[in-house]
Amino acid sequence: MKVTFTVNGQRVSADEVWEGESLLYILRERLGLYGSKNACEQGECGSCSVYVDGTLVCACLVLGGQAQGRDIVTVEGIADGHALHPVQQAFVEAGAVQCGFCTPGLIVAAHDLLRHTPEPTTVEIREALAGNICRCTGYAKILDAVHLAAERMAST
Amino acid sequence: MKAAHPDALPIAGGTDVMVEINFDRSRPDSVIDLASVAELDDWGPEDGYLRIGAGVTYTRIISELGDRLPGLAMASRTVGSPQIRNRGTVGGNLGSASPAGDAHPPLLASKAVVELASSAGIRRIPARDFYVGPKKNAMRKDELIAAFLIEPSNGPQQFSKVGTRNAMVIAVCSFALTLDAKRKRVGTGIGSAAPTPVTAGEAEAFMQGVLDEGGLWEKRGEIDPSALVRFGDLVAAAARPIDDVRGTAAYRRHALAVLARRTFAWAWDEYRRKSVA
Ligand SMILES: Cc1cc2nc3c(=O)[nH]c(=O)nc-3n(C[C@H](O)[C@H](O)[C@H](O)COP(=O)(O)OP(=O)(O)OC[C@H]3O[C@@H](n4cnc5c(N)ncnc54)[C@H](O)[C@@H]3O)c2cc1C
Ligand code: FES
Ligand code: FES
Repeated sequence: MKVTFTVNGQRVSADEVWEGESLLYILRERLGLYGSKNACEQGECGSCSVYVDGTLVCACLVLGGQAQGRDIVTVEGIADGHALHPVQQAFVEAGAVQCGFCTPGLIVAAHDLLRHTPEPTTVEIREALAGNICRCTGYAKILDAVHLAAERMAST
Repeated sequence: MKAAHPDALPIAGGTDVMVEINFDRSRPDSVIDLASVAELDDWGPEDGYLRIGAGVTYTRIISELGDRLPGLAMASRTVGSPQIRNRGTVGGNLGSASPAGDAHPPLLASKAVVELASSAGIRRIPARDFYVGPKKNAMRKDELIAAFLIEPSNGPQQFSKVGTRNAMVIAVCSFALTLDAKRKRVGTGIGSAAPTPVTAGEAEAFMQGVLDEGGLWEKRGEIDPSALVRFGDLVAAAARPIDDVRGTAAYRRHALAVLARRTFAWAWDEYRRKSVA
């Protein structure tokens, strides 16, 4: 099966996609986009978070064929060329990155939150990131980073 | 469509199906992508009911229908994470028919009806007859779930779930309550505490009796605490819980009695306050 879709603004296709193959597999193994991480493959960790037609989802739970004709944005598409997005910059500065495995998924999920809720409370941040697991940081610095990003984005 | 491919696996949000596929517990030869079937994404009024397409996600139930279906919206808010709610559908919950599925208790409490479609036509089955066994439903192989029909609220609704932590949990047990002030009826739904989602008929009948005899609907009167206790006990008695890794049967019964008592007290308070407003 051949699947064609847009990823980060570019039209791409993957050939010989197996019926049960996930979008995450296509992104990583067929298109070389390694930003979306593969950890649990069961929707629990959020490290594979991407946008499909503007909706935040776990790429591991999207069937490859379901991506046909859709518009996908991965963490690679969040930055503006080489300039980090304010959410990414804030994660770096707030020390919210340790091993970094969870970071791409958190960036996309935090990005989605700030699109809908530009000034989130701590409770709202926790709810929005409930599907993203981080084993290293204990979340305090992640909350700081999202608050920091929100402040900066509000002032620009 | 399904009739021509009876063995094809339907996939909607994929939040149950993909876990199975990723872990090689199922290897479908062919799939039917329901996420691209626009008819399943619609909802609208029909004869005093809301007919909601099977493909409407939890996120949309919350944002578009939260005011009319507060019980189902409360349950939807407890499902997984934003990523799961953005993708997961009530149709998929019905398709999986897990006793722990969070949509089931509010559907039961509000006497919802499931609409099944095949090339032979459509049939509508009350939710209470739809769950036929553990992860088994009344859908035939040539059918798909097209929609469910549910009445917009005529009174307070509640949903409460006990889990092992706050987010991303499968229910240890859950309870939904619908007060129908128009017909003066009480509806219940129990999740995760029997081989299928169930209603607590005796508890409903008991509480309707208490409310009718005391003229409490009209008076918006106070409920005797002993009636609440009895209601909780009857709800717990309707369950057939098992011991498993998430909790013992005895704990589930106890928790259900507490949930039932509490949600009824909340809902009845809300009903009484409305008289003042
Ligand atoms: C991390 C995680 C957390 C979760 N948390 C919860 C939770 O808190 N509460 C909860 O209830 N569930 C939870 N789930 C389970 C799942 O999200 C729900 O059961 C959801 O409702 C499934 O919907 P879906 O559209 O993704 O179904 P799919 O996975 O697409 O399908 C599920 C089943 O239904 C069938 N099906 C789907 N649509 C139709 C249709 N229209 N007609 C016929 N058959 C159909 C499929 O063939 C399949 O058998 C969780 C899942 C994950 C991965
Ligand atoms: S890899 Fe997709 S949620 Fe964990
Ligand atoms: S920084 Fe290591 S998992 Fe989050």
